[in-house]
Amino acid sequence: MTTNKQKNRWLEPRIELPATEYRLITLASFFLPILLWCLVSYVPFIWHPNIQITEPGEVSYFKEGMLIKREIFALESEKMLSQAKKIPQGIPANPIYLPAPDEVVRALYTSFTTEPQRRSEQWLHESLWHSVTVVFSAFFLSSLIGIPLGIICGTYAAASRLFEPFVEFFRYLPAPAFGALAVAILGIYDGPKIAIIFIGTFFQQVLIISNTTRKLDLSLLEAALTLGAKKLQLLFKVVIPGVLPDIYRDQRILLGWAWTYLIVAELIGTSSGITWFITQQARYKNFDNVFAAIFIIGVIGLLSDIILSRLAKRLFPWDKSVNKS
Amino acid sequence: MKPLQLPSYLDQDTAVKSRFDALKNRDVILEVKQLNKVFSSSKNDVTALKDISFVTHRREFVCVIGPSGCGKSTLIRILAGLESATNGDVLLDGSPISGPGPDRGMVFQGYTLFPWLTVKRNVMFGLLNQGASAASAESEAMQWIDLVGLQRFANNYPDQLSGGMKQRVAIARALAAKPRILLMDEPFGALDAQTRAKMQSYLLEIWRNIDITILFITHDLDEAIYLADRILVLKANPGEVHELIEVPVPRPRKTEQFITPAFVATRKRLDDLIHPIGADGDDDKLNMIRFTQAGDDIEPTE
Repeated sequence: MTTNKQKNRWLEPRIELPATEYRLITLASFFLPILLWCLVSYVPFIWHPNIQITEPGEVSYFKEGMLIKREIFALESEKMLSQAKKIPQGIPANPIYLPAPDEVVRALYTSFTTEPQRRSEQWLHESLWHSVTVVFSAFFLSSLIGIPLGIICGTYAAASRLFEPFVEFFRYLPAPAFGALAVAILGIYDGPKIAIIFIGTFFQQVLIISNTTRKLDLSLLEAALTLGAKKLQLLFKVVIPGVLPDIYRDQRILLGWAWTYLIVAELIGTSSGITWFITQQARYKNFDNVFAAIFIIGVIGLLSDIILSRLAKRLFPWDKSVNKS
Repeated sequence: MKPLQLPSYLDQDTAVKSRFDALKNRDVILEVKQLNKVFSSSKNDVTALKDISFVTHRREFVCVIGPSGCGKSTLIRILAGLESATNGDVLLDGSPISGPGPDRGMVFQGYTLFPWLTVKRNVMFGLLNQGASAASAESEAMQWIDLVGLQRFANNYPDQLSGGMKQRVAIARALAAKPRILLMDEPFGALDAQTRAKMQSYLLEIWRNIDITILFITHDLDEAIYLADRILVLKANPGEVHELIEVPVPRPRKTEQFITPAFVATRKRLDDLIHPIGADGDDDKLNMIRFTQAGDDIEPTE
């Protein structure tokens, strides 16, 4: 009976995994895509649609190091063979836009250690830091207004009717469309970038937080009323502490959205930050550097989310759902 | 089988009778006069409560029972001020109520402790609203927590307590705000039978020791007889007073009294009022098909 159950556990709906299995599968979640990447990169007969020329032979336009489509290479080789000329040599290779893991790892290291090519340009860590400040200032500004407004809309019907219809309309307007306007008003530096992330985050934030606030159990408010709580006491002593852990969860999701607007925002006005680095490197066809930069953004996002979720356990020790995740 | 020979539920022995005489001479705490509640929608009006009138005296324990849909929850929510009556008056100590307030404490059926506050802070909630200092609120809250026997859990969060313990904290929290009357809306409805029995004895113990009048809603007939001085029986569609029964079971109440003639007679009367014979009789009969004859000696045929 028990052995039978253990065998089929992965197919049982909503059964908790034992600790070791839990950890192993979590690791696999990262390990499997990397394994797939390694396979495609290092095993010559998997994919590798190109041939990298090592010896051009007598083909007029082949040069050493050139990437040539497999079919064209075969065609040219046959032509040389039939004309009894020297045939070209080459090794299977992937397209330039898919660098191998080791190249990306090396790029990760060298991109932090190589000096910028021109003096006016920034080091990678400087561009990164610039991006982080832009995201967090925009998110901070958005939260500064969005959270209180969301809570008020979720608590008072009048506020909800006054703000939500307009916010509902505004959130369908694509934030990047305000780029030109933002530059006209706020100049070409960080101002318009922060504005775009703000527009992309704020309107969703108000609606999400007002909905979260509305989910607070009404009977808690009724209980507070029978205990003599009045108007503002209800807001500050019941509504706000009651919804705080849920708002915190919303904020974690919203921060992810703010990051997705970063790339668009950084293209507005003068290109800057991590986006500047990525577009610059792509222009030079340094795709290993591009992957390294994308990877760094992912790590920053994941790390900040882990830190926030750890912090939640300390902030809301009474909240069961926080302590589970 | 011969039916039991029961006394009338109206018969009261001298001790019970003199207790009721004394009770009726006490101050009136809550007076409900000609209370009506109509829920109006665009299509039709539904009368939930019709001409409800009754009084409760100081330190009286009144239970309200009735079939589902008789408006007993609506009644208690109106008394608490969480809903308004269509017309009629609710007087507390002779003056009409306006909105909810700490003079009418309430214990709900669902768990309504504030999950972000510890047991102690939950009990302090009402005291702090009334402007008590943190120190005095805390020491007073601890007394109420002692009263419900949860001093060991004073610093726990509600999620760490069992259902029965949660309701004990809810009672302590309501009482700490020093209400004139405690309104209880099926507070033990979600508990298992054993915990519920324990909570009933607890509640009687608390009621005996402090100056509190209790109005208690239940659908459990035994619970009503065990707890109440008087039972307000409502009927449904529309919710009207059916009868106000004086429970002839002497106090102090004990669980052994469940099988005394006075108790059983009262129970029979409540049963007749709430489930009248023939009211839901014939259409409810199950059309049973026999699937087996095997082992048909499970019960003798009549």
